[in-house]
Amino acid sequence: MTAAVLTVRRGGRTSVWTALGSAVVVAVLAYLPYAVATSVTGTIVTFLELLAMASMWNLLAGYAGLVSVGQQAYVGLGAYSVLQLSDWGVPPYVGVFLAAVVCALIALPTSLLAFRLRGDYFAVGTWVIAEVYHLVMTQDRALGGGSGRALTTLSGLDPVLRQAITYWVALAVCLLSVLGCDLLLRGLLGLALTAVRDDEVAARGAGVSVGWAKRVVYLVAAAGTGAAGGVILVSQLNVAPDSIFSVQFTAYMIFIVVVGGIGTLEGPVLGAIVFIVIQQLFAGAGVWYLILLGALAVVVAIRLPYGLWGTVSRRFGIRLFNVGYTVRGLDKNP
Amino acid sequence: MIWVNAIVQGLLLGGLYALFACGLSLMFGVMRIVNLAHGDIAVLAAFLAYSTISFTRVGVLGATLIVLPVFAVFGYLVQSGMLSPALKVGPLSTLLATFGLSIVIQNALQQGYSADTRALNVGSLVSASLHISGQISVAYLSLITFGLAVVVLVALQLFLSRSSTGRIMRATADDPEAATLSGANARHVYGIATAIAFATVALAGLMFAMQSSFSPSIGPTRLLFAFEAVVIGGLGSLWGTLVGGMVLGLAQTLGAQYNPAFTLLAGHIIFLAVLAFRPQGLIAARRTA
Amino acid sequence: MNLLSLADLTVRHGQLTAVNALSLDLAEGSTLAVIGANGAGKTTLLRAIAGTLPPATGTITFDGHDITRTPAHRRAANGIRLVPEGRRLFASLTVEENLLAGAYRRRSGPWNVGAVVELFPWIGERRRQSARLLSGGEQQAAAIGRALMGNPRLLLLDEISLGLSPVAVQQLYQAMPNILATGTTVLLVEQDVSQALRVADRVLCLLEGRTVLTGAPAELTTAQIEKAYFGLSGSHT
Repeated sequence: MTAAVLTVRRGGRTSVWTALGSAVVVAVLAYLPYAVATSVTGTIVTFLELLAMASMWNLLAGYAGLVSVGQQAYVGLGAYSVLQLSDWGVPPYVGVFLAAVVCALIALPTSLLAFRLRGDYFAVGTWVIAEVYHLVMTQDRALGGGSGRALTTLSGLDPVLRQAITYWVALAVCLLSVLGCDLLLRGLLGLALTAVRDDEVAARGAGVSVGWAKRVVYLVAAAGTGAAGGVILVSQLNVAPDSIFSVQFTAYMIFIVVVGGIGTLEGPVLGAIVFIVIQQLFAGAGVWYLILLGALAVVVAIRLPYGLWGTVSRRFGIRLFNVGYTVRGLDKNP
Repeated sequence: MIWVNAIVQGLLLGGLYALFACGLSLMFGVMRIVNLAHGDIAVLAAFLAYSTISFTRVGVLGATLIVLPVFAVFGYLVQSGMLSPALKVGPLSTLLATFGLSIVIQNALQQGYSADTRALNVGSLVSASLHISGQISVAYLSLITFGLAVVVLVALQLFLSRSSTGRIMRATADDPEAATLSGANARHVYGIATAIAFATVALAGLMFAMQSSFSPSIGPTRLLFAFEAVVIGGLGSLWGTLVGGMVLGLAQTLGAQYNPAFTLLAGHIIFLAVLAFRPQGLIAARRTA
Repeated sequence: MNLLSLADLTVRHGQLTAVNALSLDLAEGSTLAVIGANGAGKTTLLRAIAGTLPPATGTITFDGHDITRTPAHRRAANGIRLVPEGRRLFASLTVEENLLAGAYRRRSGPWNVGAVVELFPWIGERRRQSARLLSGGEQQAAAIGRALMGNPRLLLLDEISLGLSPVAVQQLYQAMPNILATGTTVLLVEQDVSQALRVADRVLCLLEGRTVLTGAPAELTTAQIEKAYFGLSGSHT
């Protein structure tokens, strides 16, 4: 038998093409405010917000095994952070990125409580915590109390310019979220998370600090979601507690991740596209599209547990983002 | 005295919360499923009763007697048709499936009934109360609800500890495969557990609807209350659920007495406090979750 | 009349073929011991008969009926009871409740709580104790009792001596004649070959999922059994 020379590599032709292709897509997207109407860029901003949030939820649930039904807490806290910072003189567009830091800071003590629950109980517990933040913000008169408030510091800007900058900020937040996941998972953290995902007890035995790995992921997810919440404020120009803390956001995140493919980086992208398409198609039909989304999520959860992308990826062995390793040099002829 | 009244109201409110919670507790105990549509099932039951009363000549009692068995069957079908397949796929799937169900129910109700609030008309019973002293009065409906909660919990306890189906349900919860080897059809056992859960939460929804107005979107809050009652009381203990419900009710009414805006927040804070300082719950059962 | 017949049964365990085209017949009222080294396919065989593991090919016939596609809980109700490897008592139930759980889908017959207590007298005083508090040997006895409560026609015992002290194993096997006296057909899987030989009418030795030796204990020599057990028969690669 001849000995095969085996190499273990990360990346390869597919991931190079993906990187190139993504760069082209991003360049095109960045150019769009010069080329298309604000209604189009407005829809894309919604898409970018959703994709950022969904990527974060996917990081939590798909990679760290933390299924949270309370991420809307950080959507709201992010939006209110930008509002509060703006009151203190911080330009909102800067505030969006600071909101990420604020949310990560709030997430730290929050995780100490939330992590006392496991599995499904953790899911509902995060929901309760989100409700607490919701109710607390409703009490904050300075930030508008129960009826919310408008963001006025951007009203000096020319509307077209404002919407363009908002668009680019949204693009930046989304890119950072998606790429952030990619980079995070390539490192030691990614390896630790994969070990935990496969067998938590064994991972602990191998010295993986499971608690810290999960906590880091929780903080990162809070940061990303918070930034997305900030983008929502900057895009809508007003915020009200009942809507910004609505569990509807988590519903969207879950749908996008489940349909797209949980535990893959490409899944949320596909899921967000599907979601936006459905939303645009059924915009006039009232709540029917929500019923459709809910039913679709149930069916996919049972029949296509790996989501659209996951099923394709497993069938054909494709991976666009390369966060895994492949072995090359396996001789096909024994 | 107002405070004593608030205490009494809070403790009685615990009965309603225990009624909401026992189904959630049962489903988790037997199948390790947290039904995110739990609150919405209660609301659905209230709407079904509402329509039954509107379109037929039965009163509230008649509607109750119709709705409860319907929901028991509904629960059995949801288990066989949706939850059992989801269980086979993995732990995440049941959470996602019940979440999807919750979205479907809420929006279907909104589509069918609009977002307006309704109430179940029980005539003069809604305001009839027992005057204990100057400032303490207890609504008959609250008493009836509390009484029903106790009856349901006792019945559930007896069912689980004495009947052969209850016994095999506990056995299946411990070890589904070993239970199968003793002749238990796991799917059927789970179906019965879900049927009981749906029937009890439907009853809770109806009792709630008799005392307060309801609308399609209030389901999730009921779920949170049920969940908090279970966690405060302690996972794995049915009587703990009653205690948890009463503590939650007490927190809410005392919070409301202090400042109406604090009603819900007070309950959530007590929940978080229990989580922080006694995560196993106030009445920790000996069995491992 | 053969109570149980396996024809060309192949059962896979993941990628591994644990039982390979196995055929066997078991006459009613007899006792068959299946022996073999670890990984020989013994537990897989029992699980396939009980219905918790579906076979890839082949048929299982019980009392003249083809039960290959019958679900496990139906087989248990029809008289096949498996005492699984590792006992697997219901931890949150008492000893008595465990026995009663075994009677959930019982057939008519002599076994009830009283009869089980006669078989294992210690159960009498400890019946209200939580099953969690029992020792290994006691758990095994309770598990056997639980299976007997269903009045099975075919009792499958999976490695009842596993993890038990020699004394505990002795006590368990001392109860065996009483079980057999009621006419129950027994198929037992055992690592403890000497115990198996003592109690069985016939012995079957498995190696890598196939039968390599079969016969009555009296007919087989120790040397034959050793060779079959370890696969040293020379003609086998």
